[in-house]
Amino acid sequence: MSLISQIISQLVNGLQSGSIYALVALGYSMVYGIILLLNFAHGDIIMIGAYVVFYAMTSFSLPPLVAVLLAVIACTLLGALIEKVAYTPLRSAPRLSLLITAIGVSFLLENGAQLVFGAGAKNVPSFIDGGVQIGDVYLSYVSVVTILVSVASMVVLTFLVQKTKLGKAMRAVSEDMGAAQLMGISLNRTISFTFAVGSALAGIGSVLYICAYGQASPTMGSMLGLKAFVAAVLGGIGSIPGAMIGGFVIGLLEALVTAVGLSTWKDGVVFAVLIVVLLVKPTGILGRQITEKV
Amino acid sequence: MKKIVCFVLAAAMALSLAACGNGSEGNASGGDTIKVGIIANTSGDSSQYGIAVSQGAKLYIKQLNEEGGINGKQIEVVEYDDKGATADAVNAYERMKSDGVTAVIGAVLTNTTLAVADKTYEDNMPQVTASATAASVTVLDPTDPSSDIRTNVFRACFIDPFQGEKMAEYAQKLGATKCAVLYDSGNDYAKGVGDAFAAKCEELGIECTIEGYATGDKDFKAQLTNIKASGAEYIMCPNYLEDVGLIVTQARQQGITAGFLGGDGWSGVSAYASAEDLEGSYFCSGYALGSNAEFEEAYAAEYGEAPKQMFEALGYDAALLMCNAIKSAEEQGLEAGSDEYKQAVIDAMKATNGLEGVTGTFSFDDQNNPIKSASILQIQGGEEVFVENF
Repeated sequence: MSLISQIISQLVNGLQSGSIYALVALGYSMVYGIILLLNFAHGDIIMIGAYVVFYAMTSFSLPPLVAVLLAVIACTLLGALIEKVAYTPLRSAPRLSLLITAIGVSFLLENGAQLVFGAGAKNVPSFIDGGVQIGDVYLSYVSVVTILVSVASMVVLTFLVQKTKLGKAMRAVSEDMGAAQLMGISLNRTISFTFAVGSALAGIGSVLYICAYGQASPTMGSMLGLKAFVAAVLGGIGSIPGAMIGGFVIGLLEALVTAVGLSTWKDGVVFAVLIVVLLVKPTGILGRQITEKV
Repeated sequence: MKKIVCFVLAAAMALSLAACGNGSEGNASGGDTIKVGIIANTSGDSSQYGIAVSQGAKLYIKQLNEEGGINGKQIEVVEYDDKGATADAVNAYERMKSDGVTAVIGAVLTNTTLAVADKTYEDNMPQVTASATAASVTVLDPTDPSSDIRTNVFRACFIDPFQGEKMAEYAQKLGATKCAVLYDSGNDYAKGVGDAFAAKCEELGIECTIEGYATGDKDFKAQLTNIKASGAEYIMCPNYLEDVGLIVTQARQQGITAGFLGGDGWSGVSAYASAEDLEGSYFCSGYALGSNAEFEEAYAAEYGEAPKQMFEALGYDAALLMCNAIKSAEEQGLEAGSDEYKQAVIDAMKATNGLEGVTGTFSFDDQNNPIKSASILQIQGGEEVFVENF
């Protein structure tokens, strides 16, 4: 294997894990964009999605495509449910209460999953096998599918936000909640919709995660969620292309740091880069400069 | 009232003294039995290990007695439960010492074994543990290469680095010229086995690439790409099962066809990766179920259920080692329980050479760890199949 093909392989590795971070980061970004809430339960919604895939495929022997659909539907419903039960009653409460509630929901999901599914990891049969050999570089179908799906999701999401009526409502709510309500936009519906879309993305993320790693465990969402949060902040939280860029940057960074033999420093380097970016450009790579009126 | 309390206390004290007296009367060791102590946690949290070891050891002693014992004397087992607690283990030892035992088999867990070893070392009492793997059981300070060793303490199981060396030798046997290790750098077990593997590879002239990862990592593609580029034919992966499953699956996704090797933590790995991905992987174990039908049938006949793991067999071998050493002390005509007798047992144990046990052929190295064969197993169609003792 030549150095060039080794570098290309590592870039593909980075893009693949980066795509998953990006998808999760999109969910973070959307929710933050609309109600300024860091939804820490987002990573754990992915975990639930992964278990749905597992049980659908092993206990009910459903075909992979049905399992995927079920996971996306389950995540969407769960996201909307969490929003209704945990966040809606706190809409007028201080933002700190919301943040703490989000952490509580995250713990509830993690520990509930340990209780219901058991603490050990579950092995999910892989449903995308094989790959192509291009010169020295072996490209697995899983990585191709992962990268394509996440880019497609971003395109669809951009279209949804920029071109549809609901998207317009979302942008309006994020700009000024009060004014949007006065203009006849249903606040509850718009916010629920945003949570549902973000969670659907988490569902897609969980399927891609399962394809890549083939294992579901109760705590899988916590580190994934944290990394995706870093990705969202790095790219500029609230910005859709920013979340994508942030995800890819972190995935690539991790792959390259590991490739040069600093694998145990991987997380350290990621968080160090975050600190540097925030020092230089506090709103992230594509973040909007918001001037607070005093 | 006070007087009554005093009287009761005094009576209790007198009784307990009397009890002590009875105990030491049993110290008469010149009779026709040889007393051997067994300390095992037969109740409590990890009692499955203690029960397995104790039953294995007692099976050997029963068989030996049926064949006429040692030197015409029967072996009498004095067994106390330590409940997995260090204080109880020390009490159990003190009690069996006053019962007049001449050697101790046990304890089972590492912490209880260490507690007992501290005491037996003071008394120069021969001790063999079936299952405690920590280096500090036989060496006072494992971090100091010139540290004193506990000359009286032996073990029947192998220690962690030994597995790495065995698997490196096995890789050489499989014809490997390039190998790789991928381990969790934050896990003592994985690092101990992995580093020993790499060192042995170097010694054997096998090129070995070492890749590490942080505890909790789920993505190993970058390390695996490096390993693929190194051209490794075998990848040693001595990690916990969840990580092993992730690594093997991701390796196959990357088109890596190299074989995988593992340590004794691999037992049960089939639940964590698909059978095709694992096919042909080798790992070693202290004992492979199914590799010694004679022992397993005898065990099942005695206890009504077959051995479940390696601990029954290790308990059996611990008793075998101890009784074999006692045999040579008996042949010298020494008095059981005397200091010379204990020293003779220890010397004989140390000199053990090529003794056939259930889990392998035993000798001891200079740190009282066994040099013996490991059971090699291979994953075939999702099943763990015994290949050979190597």
